[in-house]
Amino acid sequence: MSGAPEPSGVRATKEDSVITEAARTARSKEPASGDGSILRTDQCTIRFGGLVAVNSLDMDVRPGEIYGLIGPNGAGKTTVFNLLTGVYKPTSGEIRFQGRRIDGLKSYQIARRGVSRTFQNIRLFPGMTVLENVMTACHRHASQNLFDAVFRTPRFARDEREHREFCLELLEIFDLARFKDEGGTSLAYGNQRRLEIVRALATRPELLLLDEPAAGMNPSEQDDLLNLIHQIRDRFGLTILLVEHNMKVVMGVCERIQVVDYGKSIALGLPGEIRNDPKVIEAYLGD
Amino acid sequence: MPSSVKKLIGVVALFVSLVVVNALTSREGLFGFGIGLYETEILMLVGINVILAVSLNLINGVTGQFSIGHAGFMAVGAYSSAYFTVYHGQAWERSLSGSVGESFAHVVIFLIAILIGAIVAALMGLLVGIPSLRLRGDYLAIVTLGFAEIIRIVILNLDVVGGATGFPVPGSVNFLWVGTLGVVTILVVRNIVRSDTGRALISIREDELAAEAMGVNTTRYKVLAFVISSAFAGVAGVLFGHFKRFLATPDFTFIKSFEVIIMIVLGGMGSITGAVFGAIVITILPELLRRLPQIGGFNFADLRLVIYAALLIVIMLTRPQGVLGEREIGLHWLRRARKAPEGDKQVGGDEGVPITQQVGETVSEKPTKEVENR
Repeated sequence: MSGAPEPSGVRATKEDSVITEAARTARSKEPASGDGSILRTDQCTIRFGGLVAVNSLDMDVRPGEIYGLIGPNGAGKTTVFNLLTGVYKPTSGEIRFQGRRIDGLKSYQIARRGVSRTFQNIRLFPGMTVLENVMTACHRHASQNLFDAVFRTPRFARDEREHREFCLELLEIFDLARFKDEGGTSLAYGNQRRLEIVRALATRPELLLLDEPAAGMNPSEQDDLLNLIHQIRDRFGLTILLVEHNMKVVMGVCERIQVVDYGKSIALGLPGEIRNDPKVIEAYLGD
Repeated sequence: MPSSVKKLIGVVALFVSLVVVNALTSREGLFGFGIGLYETEILMLVGINVILAVSLNLINGVTGQFSIGHAGFMAVGAYSSAYFTVYHGQAWERSLSGSVGESFAHVVIFLIAILIGAIVAALMGLLVGIPSLRLRGDYLAIVTLGFAEIIRIVILNLDVVGGATGFPVPGSVNFLWVGTLGVVTILVVRNIVRSDTGRALISIREDELAAEAMGVNTTRYKVLAFVISSAFAGVAGVLFGHFKRFLATPDFTFIKSFEVIIMIVLGGMGSITGAVFGAIVITILPELLRRLPQIGGFNFADLRLVIYAALLIVIMLTRPQGVLGEREIGLHWLRRARKAPEGDKQVGGDEGVPITQQVGETVSEKPTKEVENR
């Protein structure tokens, strides 16, 4: 390994790299649905026995925005998340991503459509290195098959090299490349969170779902996270939906916010509007 | 292309060594040197067990699904290929011998037998895998155990393959077959593990929910691992049957399945070389213990099973993750050992600066601030 010149070389090529290229095309693309929303839920309801966890929820996330879903503990935020990612199937109602219905699809099918997520309690692959963690997420775009792998065909070599370079570039952007051969879960907490985001980005999603990204972070880490979320959106041309109950993060980063309580949507608007909405204040503080 | 030349040399060296060992195990020996029949049999069993352990490792170690039905798939491979050899293969071989020569005809027919064993076992793996891989952990283990026993009992009641009286199989498997197929198994499994498929399989072991969220069709990949693994178990069965020349269902009870599990647990779940190591140790150890001396009128060899069990317990207590854990032994160890001094020299080139300091510098050299500005 030649020490000094390498990082600068990587940075120099970065401007015309795969990643920026992908971002450019993503940004120029018109939303497939045509009605100006990338993710839309229509009267989405899920019941667990007698409990209505999510009640007739309407959501409408526009392409390229940072959308916040907030609510007090037990409001059903994570249930919504699980509905969107196919962990649960709605009892009634529709979920559409880019105009196509995704309710009833399995998690991996939704992921392959271009919805990627992180988890509230970090779920990295412990037995893998940092690089392997990220490369696993390239599965969606792998052009190699089992035959290529067993017989080590040229296509396998090309595919593997491309993914490796792509992942290293991603890691470099998030300043994690120096840890690439370390175990994913041996990183510091903040870096693990970032790595999880990198892994989600490696699936090259159109929509990134962040489940309480600020959980367990101290105030300065939270500030870094705010910057990071903005950067990710701008650089990769993504839409970001985040579930959070940390008000500082929500108000600092989200462009539109929807508030849920007892599974029902009680408010939707700009951060300033939400902050002063009496119903929201009541939900958070009680009467 | 030095890497392809190296690969070629490796393949040739491997093949030559297999041929040499094969000659040693043959009746004539190599230049008058030879291995006895007893040692040859152990060597063959080592090879067959390597195939079993490495293939089971793909399900249990790599994908993290606990299957204890490997003996069942081995039985399917053994009996299906034996059926072919007995009822069709021999006749085909005789008619082929006339035109292309006896040894070539034998190779062709045996290759067909191996393929049949692998394919039938793979189909059986598919059949068992699709319903049972919806289950996890203990439940999957019980179901696979049950299926393997069902397979065995069904075979026991099939008169066409001898039923309870056993099934004589004509055949002669030499070490070249076992060795080559062992190497093929190791290479195939290794190539699968180090690929996109392998990462998908490992991600299932590490965190199934996260794997799904990354777009991995976990059910499909679990079944895939199961089918590949079963196919190789079938190959091991083919070799076993044609080597032993007599098949009987007691060879394929769950005890055989457990033996294979012990091999991979001992070697280290998830490590291919660990599985090879485990297979070698578990096959040879009981035989070595037979040679324990008689001391003071007490024959320690009588206690060999007790000592065997005690040794296993000691190994597992001292290294619960297996002897190798998840690591692999390989040529990269030699490579690393050779490269390390060079690296030291480079770093130490600047005189007067302690090495540790230099290392610290190279690490912190990586950009931290520039990323934020972008």
